[in-house]
Amino acid sequence: MTLQLPTLGEELTSRQPDQPADPRVQDTHASQSRLIWRRFRRHRLAVIGGIVLVLMYLVALFAGFVAPFGSNTFQADQALRPPQLPKFSLAHGFYVHPSVGKTNIQTMDREFVEDRNTYVELRFFVRGDKYKLFGVIPADRHLFGPKDPHQRWYLLGADRAGSDLYSRIIYGSQISLSIGLLGVGVSLVLGLLIGGVSGYFGGWADTVIQRVIELIISIPTLPLWLGLAASVPPQWGPTPTYFMITIILSLIGWTGLARVIRGRLLQARGEDFVLAARLDGLGSGRIIGRHLLPSFASHIIATVSLAVPSMILAETALSFLGLGLRAPAVSWGVLLQDAQSLQTLDSAPWLLLPGIAVVLAVVAFNFVGDGLRDSADPYGRRD
Amino acid sequence: MRFFNARARARFDHAAEVGLREATVADDTLRERDVVLSVRDLKTIFRTDDAEVKAVDGVSFDVRRGATLCIVGESGSGKSATARSILQVVDNPGLVESGQILYRRGPDDRVIDIAALDPRGAALRTIRGGDIGLVFQEPMSSLSPVHTIGDQIVEVLRLHDPQTPAEMRARAIDELGRVGIPEAEERFGAYTFQLSGGMRQRAMIAMALVTRPALLIADEPTTALDVTTQAQILQLLADLKSTLGMTMIFITHDLGVVAEIADDVIVMRHGTVVEAGPVDGIFHDPQHPYTRQLLATLPQRSTLGGWAAASKNTPERPSEPTTAPILEIEHLDVTFSGSSGRIFGGNRRAVHAVKDLSLAIPAGSTMGLVGESGSGKTTLGRCVLRAYQPDSGAIRYHTDGGTVDLARLTDQQLAPYRREIRMIFQDPYGSLNPRLTVRQVIGDPLRAAGVERAEIDARVAQMLDLVGLRPDMASRYPHAFSGGERQRIGIARALITRPRLVVADEAVSALDVSVRGQILELLADLQSELGLTYLFISHDLSVVERICDRVAVMFHGQIVEEAKASDIFTAPTHEYTKALLSAIPLPDPRLRGTRELLTYRPTDDMVSV
Repeated sequence: MTLQLPTLGEELTSRQPDQPADPRVQDTHASQSRLIWRRFRRHRLAVIGGIVLVLMYLVALFAGFVAPFGSNTFQADQALRPPQLPKFSLAHGFYVHPSVGKTNIQTMDREFVEDRNTYVELRFFVRGDKYKLFGVIPADRHLFGPKDPHQRWYLLGADRAGSDLYSRIIYGSQISLSIGLLGVGVSLVLGLLIGGVSGYFGGWADTVIQRVIELIISIPTLPLWLGLAASVPPQWGPTPTYFMITIILSLIGWTGLARVIRGRLLQARGEDFVLAARLDGLGSGRIIGRHLLPSFASHIIATVSLAVPSMILAETALSFLGLGLRAPAVSWGVLLQDAQSLQTLDSAPWLLLPGIAVVLAVVAFNFVGDGLRDSADPYGRRD
Repeated sequence: MRFFNARARARFDHAAEVGLREATVADDTLRERDVVLSVRDLKTIFRTDDAEVKAVDGVSFDVRRGATLCIVGESGSGKSATARSILQVVDNPGLVESGQILYRRGPDDRVIDIAALDPRGAALRTIRGGDIGLVFQEPMSSLSPVHTIGDQIVEVLRLHDPQTPAEMRARAIDELGRVGIPEAEERFGAYTFQLSGGMRQRAMIAMALVTRPALLIADEPTTALDVTTQAQILQLLADLKSTLGMTMIFITHDLGVVAEIADDVIVMRHGTVVEAGPVDGIFHDPQHPYTRQLLATLPQRSTLGGWAAASKNTPERPSEPTTAPILEIEHLDVTFSGSSGRIFGGNRRAVHAVKDLSLAIPAGSTMGLVGESGSGKTTLGRCVLRAYQPDSGAIRYHTDGGTVDLARLTDQQLAPYRREIRMIFQDPYGSLNPRLTVRQVIGDPLRAAGVERAEIDARVAQMLDLVGLRPDMASRYPHAFSGGERQRIGIARALITRPRLVVADEAVSALDVSVRGQILELLADLQSELGLTYLFISHDLSVVERICDRVAVMFHGQIVEEAKASDIFTAPTHEYTKALLSAIPLPDPRLRGTRELLTYRPTDDMVSV
């Protein structure tokens, strides 16, 4: 190291710029993330979407606690039971009446007769079906449910097997919401690597990668999914199937991200501060990691949050068609399988409720993504 | 603006007439008959995330008929916002808050308060482009790239003065000819990309003038142009003013341009008018200290033909620079091939940016490199830094230990020289990574060299002090600094490795004039203290003259003249240098018309790129 410190002369101390500050400009010391947050907060829809998402993920995380019953407990005689709204009386608190289901031989409809003399009393923080919190901690407390753990209550009705639909939607959110994040995570790694190589080095690598991406994009997605998903052996358990489906979804999903990253890199590569960093003697790795990636990280986060809903939709579509996850795994798509038959839908329209959960999650993600995209560049102009 | 049918047209005309009638004010609000436009207590506010910025804060002025009013001020002074407020075309978060904009087309016409008109209404649309024309700074982005310039001019006529297509076409061609576009008949069908910057700006002016507006607002119309083109456009505007009796509001930050064309001047700062008056008074008897400060930044013409630096407080030059060169560029050639990496690349055209160029930079001196845009001066500077790889030739760098040819080193071999040859960038915004703190930005080269963290922090603090910033600013982010302060940060980054040679590529071009002087002073101080050599690249001759010992003039990738700075400016030998010098606006309104604009036509072998 032959660098020497510049010697400081005494006369150098008073070299402050003597330009008075413009009184109309406020001096801000906020960092990049603060500026983004400040802008994001002004996006009312995005903030609402964010709150909805946080709630949904919390529910998914504490599914066993929030759901009154286990995901695979059922009572066959309650199949296709309509939703039961709780009633209130001073003697019993919140309660519902149990009912017995019969199939009408003439119409083949399910008919339920309420037993007005018995009460299913509902309470908060009751003991009920056993579950494992976060998959490890054994517990049996539930946020709310029947006081007597052997009684049943169907807030959003029952599915074809006689399970509580509400509990199953909550358990289904675990897979449906996580597969989106996990799939996009895998896509992001692939996209960053491949798009990064393509954008930073350019040349023939860029040409080859871009042509491959175009090839993949040009294949119609649904048949490709179907083909890949059909190759998952049906005897596999839910967990391997889950990971296979994730990988299948992200193998196709990375292309869009790779393109975005390449475009951003090409744009950022031309910035003066990148040339400055090169002249500072920084290596490629440091330039990418320290200057390029941070400069578009916020854009990537925005793109990713817009990619999650398409993953959720893809999983739902595959499972709905019976090629994704299969029972006993519970996901929103699996639940919607019940809603395939128009006849069932006619008599039990509540089977479509998992679809509303899908819509809610997708819309919330889109709002958040839009808000992030708009606030991603705090130095850009806003129109 | 196309109308579907005559009824739509009639409806539009009616709406416009109603709007104008409603905005008409009593005749004696504007008593002076020779005033076209009277702005009274105008306030324009931009509402941003955190606060509202009063871009225009109570501005009042009159525009006399047939006169040119210059609004001069530094960036952010509100001069453009004022002009745009007049036509209510302020950028989005901005809003004309209060005030009157009284407009009287002819001496006997009614008085209309433009501020009272609906910004989207028919009435204001007849005034925009019809009564008041507008010319913007960047002709490339203000003209549509997908329509021919002729069609765009006809479009204006169709709204404001509809005639038969043949008549309108003839008028458009006539107007193109009037603004000095040769072969106007053929250029009628030209697209913007087929025209040079100067021609585009002429087309823009033709478009603004074709309806014979009572007032033309020109917002920095020459700022994006080369100095020789600027001189031609100013000449054109002066000619048009005398032939058409045009009234003009001309917005600029350049006092030299003001001296060249203004009749009246208002000086703006922080959204208010600090001084207003006739041009001669402003230049020769300025009242406000800020006006004086602005004028002090101008190079003064001492005697006829000779130029001298305005600020005499720059420290003494190191007497006579040593003649031993620190860097010798020999027969350097740089070409840029077109697109690469395409399978179907085919027809590639190489651009010869630097051609067989030789230049020696004496150690301890400042070498100025001037030329118009596209002359290859930036390419040359970046070759010295090896940001670009030259095709052939040598860049010999002399150190105490011997001489190396930078053009032939690999990236690894180059590393130690990257610390000795540094660069100061033009754009104080784009060259600092907004995600890093000042400490990180300045310390990066040391970190790359493997210096300890504590030492980096100490040296960054020292360096900040050296460039006139407070060491406690190191933890701030670049966006918290003004342009001038950012450029100081850029200088600190360049000097932190204790370089011997610094390439300053338009280092002060993006700065306001008052800040520019400070930065130039700082550069001069640092040179004498640290024994630096500068390669100072600039298109601005007055800046080059102020700081450089020797000057090289570049044209089409070659150096046409290289001599001592004083010789270049007093006795230029090459025709191109003479033309360049003749195009500099004279910063004194009393000398207006005394210079003769020279044009340089290169010989054939020079243009065949």
